[in-house]
Amino acid sequence: MPALMDKGYPIIEAMDLDKRFGSFTAVDKVSFQVEKGEFFGLLGPNGAGKTSIIRMMYGFSPLSSGSMKVFGLDIRTGWREIRSRIGVCQQENTLDPDLSVEQNLLVFAGYYRMPRKKAVQRTSELLDFFALNHKRNAQVSQLSGGMARRLMLARSLINDPSLVILDEPTTGLDPQSRHQVWDKLRDLRSRGLTLVLTTHYMEEAANLCHRLIIMDKGRILVQGSPEELIQKYAGTSIIEVENPGPDIMSFIREKHIRHEELINRLIIYTDDPEGLGRVIRERFCPEKCIFRSGTLEDVFLRLTGRELRE
Amino acid sequence: MKNFNLSLLFLPVWKRNLIVYRRIWKVNFLVPLLEPLFYLAAFGVGLSGLIGDVVYSGHELSYIRFIAPALLATAIMFNAFFETTYASFVRMYYQKTFDAMLSTPLSLEEVITAEIVWGATKSMLASAIILMVISVFGFVSYPWGLMVVPMAFVGGLAFGSVGMYFTGITPSIDMFNLPIFLFVTPLFLFSGTFFPVSGLPVWGQYLANVSPLYHLVELTRLLTMGRMESSPFLSIVYLLIFALVFYFLSIRAMRRRLIK
Repeated sequence: MPALMDKGYPIIEAMDLDKRFGSFTAVDKVSFQVEKGEFFGLLGPNGAGKTSIIRMMYGFSPLSSGSMKVFGLDIRTGWREIRSRIGVCQQENTLDPDLSVEQNLLVFAGYYRMPRKKAVQRTSELLDFFALNHKRNAQVSQLSGGMARRLMLARSLINDPSLVILDEPTTGLDPQSRHQVWDKLRDLRSRGLTLVLTTHYMEEAANLCHRLIIMDKGRILVQGSPEELIQKYAGTSIIEVENPGPDIMSFIREKHIRHEELINRLIIYTDDPEGLGRVIRERFCPEKCIFRSGTLEDVFLRLTGRELRE
Repeated sequence: MKNFNLSLLFLPVWKRNLIVYRRIWKVNFLVPLLEPLFYLAAFGVGLSGLIGDVVYSGHELSYIRFIAPALLATAIMFNAFFETTYASFVRMYYQKTFDAMLSTPLSLEEVITAEIVWGATKSMLASAIILMVISVFGFVSYPWGLMVVPMAFVGGLAFGSVGMYFTGITPSIDMFNLPIFLFVTPLFLFSGTFFPVSGLPVWGQYLANVSPLYHLVELTRLLTMGRMESSPFLSIVYLLIFALVFYFLSIRAMRRRLIK
């Protein structure tokens, strides 16, 4: 684990977390910590257990065993206090379609017993921040996907939380909207908010997260900063060879170079783009090779495999 | 979270429903305004010519006079029951409103309680409007008639709770047909609403006594015209117990349904 930004107790402390549904184990002995001010990522393919963990974090799902502490409070007994200090942006659109944009925020503030005056002020701040002021009186059904997602985010901040939990906040958004959401999340990060994010977009996690874990089948595979993970599991450079011939295959195998063989494609992981890269370029593929740097997506696919889930 | 967590935090959820209701209050008021008129026209004018007077609790009453209080009771039942079945199911299942609420300091008990209390509030609002309509015809004696409104709240809690229980166990919204045709419709027809229960054979009278609507009809008759054929105390106690039992059953069913 990297040097922690130690400021007293961790914001989230999960110990040997288990979640079972009948005989199916969704989360299997998972332990992790999230420090104050950290932007923490939870990655994994579908069914890895991310949403189960998130639901245990805000006390929606009871734990099968293990412990979950948020702000040092046990979720089993301190759930109400914990929920009053966190914001949750759920994966599905859970906005209230019976209410206007503004009412969505005002009514939600009521669930936190916020005084009316403060709720009105907070609502208008958030509508400004998320560029939704012009839609103040619109119905939720009239919002575009990006605007609805921004309203979800705004709503999760209504109680001025010190921890925000984001379950796939940009799934289904167009690139413009996604970048806008990222900008807002970076802004929140710079204000010292602690954030937990799940996502299927590796680029998103690499851009936003200080530290992340990659899980599969209910277990943690690795954790670290995006840079560390890329360095360790993908290498700084990647060479992709299309329709590799038998000579390059035997070359790679003989030299024990880290690689992956796919259908009609060879992926070579290396920290030595100059030496090895030049050899490969000159000897085997003058044209159909792609030289690029390693990404979190390479790490993810290497660790969780390429077969389809569910 | 096996403990029972109920605080006044259910009020903001109740208020949320009130805000939505107020947005289309004209439509919401129209039904209880017109519906009793339809019934009075159909049964009171159309059918009473065939029936003549009815003997109820030892007194002869015109048929229209006899059914007018029952219209209050059935409206109380329908308003609460439909609110906590169809309307709550839509909020729970399609709109994910409960999921959003359960990420805030609200407990499941508070959300469900608010829904049931809101159903009872709708019953109360409807009963107040119907009371005005049938008062115009002189079918309500005051001041006791005003007690129908708080009575509607109790009746609404009973039917709202049983409706919420069905919402907790129904697999899909179409399956509400079952409780409606097997529970609500028989209650509507056989609870002393359109004919006096005293005219039924003994087993029919026993069955009627199990019906929460029968007790509600009896109480609305007592409050609007000062007469009933059973005991007011028993009827109130029955409604309260019925409400309480189904309140806890509904919480248990919703907990099983939502908490995973």
